[in-house]
Amino acid sequence: MARFVLRRVLQSAVVLVGVTLVVFLLLQLVPGDPVRVALGTRFDPQTYEALRERAGLDQPLPVQYASYLGHALTGDLGVSFRTGQPVSQIVLERLPATLSLAVTAVVFALLVAFPLGIVAAVRSGSAVDHAARVFSQFGVSVPDFWMGIMGILLFAGVLGWLPPSGYVALTDDPGRWATHVALPAVTVGLVTASILTRFIRSSVLEVLSADYVRTAEAKGLRSRVVILRHVLRNALIPVVTVVAVQLASLLGGVIVIEVLFAWPGIGRLTFDAVQARDYPVLQGAVLLVAALFLLVNLLVDILYARLDPRITVK
Amino acid sequence: MSHTTVLSVDDLTVTVGTRRGPVRAVAGVSWQVRPGETFALVGESGSGKSMTLLAATGLAPRAATVTGRVRLLDTELTALPDDRRRKVRGRHVGFVFQDPMTSLNPVLPVGRQVTEAAEEHLGLTRRAARDRAVELLELVGIPSAARRVDAYPHQFSGGMRQRVAIAMALACEPDLLIADEPTTALDVTTQAQIIELVADLQARLGTAVVWVTHDLGVVAGIADTVAVMYGGRIVEQGPVDAVFDAPTHPYTRALLAARPDPSRRGEDLVAIPGSPPSPLDLPPGCAFWPRCPVRADPRCEHELPPLTTVGDGHTVRTFYRGEAG
Repeated sequence: MARFVLRRVLQSAVVLVGVTLVVFLLLQLVPGDPVRVALGTRFDPQTYEALRERAGLDQPLPVQYASYLGHALTGDLGVSFRTGQPVSQIVLERLPATLSLAVTAVVFALLVAFPLGIVAAVRSGSAVDHAARVFSQFGVSVPDFWMGIMGILLFAGVLGWLPPSGYVALTDDPGRWATHVALPAVTVGLVTASILTRFIRSSVLEVLSADYVRTAEAKGLRSRVVILRHVLRNALIPVVTVVAVQLASLLGGVIVIEVLFAWPGIGRLTFDAVQARDYPVLQGAVLLVAALFLLVNLLVDILYARLDPRITVK
Repeated sequence: MSHTTVLSVDDLTVTVGTRRGPVRAVAGVSWQVRPGETFALVGESGSGKSMTLLAATGLAPRAATVTGRVRLLDTELTALPDDRRRKVRGRHVGFVFQDPMTSLNPVLPVGRQVTEAAEEHLGLTRRAARDRAVELLELVGIPSAARRVDAYPHQFSGGMRQRVAIAMALACEPDLLIADEPTTALDVTTQAQIIELVADLQARLGTAVVWVTHDLGVVAGIADTVAVMYGGRIVEQGPVDAVFDAPTHPYTRALLAARPDPSRRGEDLVAIPGSPPSPLDLPPGCAFWPRCPVRADPRCEHELPPLTTVGDGHTVRTFYRGEAG
């Protein structure tokens, strides 16, 4: 197990280096000069050249990249063009907001999708099944920003139960954190729940027709036991992947939702960095997202081996 | 317990709703299994043999409508609500299915699967169940059972998995073991071992066995009574010796003639021309008529022959009475 984790971490490191290269090259293709944007109206040729030199932008590309990578290895991701703050500090500051939003959204989605998906499959063709289908159709087809706006209008505007936007850190005030995270998390979570409901339904439905489920029924087990012990454990295996992909993509920051709810997460940071051509921050944000993605994948592989005895982690 | 029959099926009919309308998969079959005997149900795929057993024990698919009466020991199964039927089935009937590669749960240790029925119906504790699992695995000849009780199905070969399935079926010491083509998915040497194992266990435990198969060699070797199914009906039924010595229905005769015979080495194998009728489109008379090589009595084409007794316990559903002379 330890060797497996070590090998996967090393593999992930290679992937991360690849990510830095791709991001670095992509940024060269983006039109616009970051130094010029940073200077704005204070532009004069001398300061411009000086800043370019200080940022190393006058160097050839391979040199720029090698220098970036070298610094990144020591945890130094450069400084923001705009504020001069260290990038590593900026992105890590944004992590708790995104983390708490993503985790809350996924927990909400799981709480909705599991019971709904299972009941829809076990009673396929029933009213619950149809309701689940309508729900997931609605969830995947309605744009999340619209759902967010409607949520704000209803719960913050008309009913006044929840704040329309803003963020309070969980560590500062759990109660106020909860009221602030509710709307964005449910908005994001509804989409995830819709996707998961469908997936869980079809996975359970497939397992229900498996021979070993008939075996379990032949034994005269209670249907609750058949579902929980025989169907669910098997149906869960493919579902884990989908949950992980959803979680990973939410950890990457839900840009539109974070902007809409003034949620100071990675998505919001990425959005601002793109607008300001703040390359170091953008690179840092992408790197962090990639790292989170790889981490989630590693956890999923370990979880897989725990769920499915046929898979051994070596 | 002194019962005259373990399982008694009376006029069982199964209609399955499909997109192209209701299909009668089983049409009024009746048979009994006596304590300790081996009852063989023979027929081609689609003849209704598996459906008969699933319907009789309340395991038919949801789309199926079942009518008729089924009696297990003293209990009228067909009159019971689902939940009671589930309990009676689990307690008194053990099942072994065709494919051991798919009939065991891949993510549950075999020991757990072997005794979960006993936990449910006999109230065994987890600890007692584990000891019982080792005992049962030893009974079916799994080497180092105490160690392998925690292993998963994929760690066993096909033959060993079928042994596990048999141990599972015997967990509650059932009065009836239903083996639905348990050797079809196995290679020939393993088949023989499994057949021997079941016969041996039956002799030791006194369990009645319903053996579904299309292998007449197996029937001759182990069964006491045989019922031949075709097109959802039983066409011939009786003691194995009587049916094999004096087969009357042209289908039974054709089946027996189709067995490979070593003394006719080099000759072509005998086959029954044509294929079984679709249950969506059954002929009005005998379902075998379109393929029948005899066609001696024209009534068979349009009129459903009644079940007629031709010997001691030997019944047949045809107007044909054997070659003259």
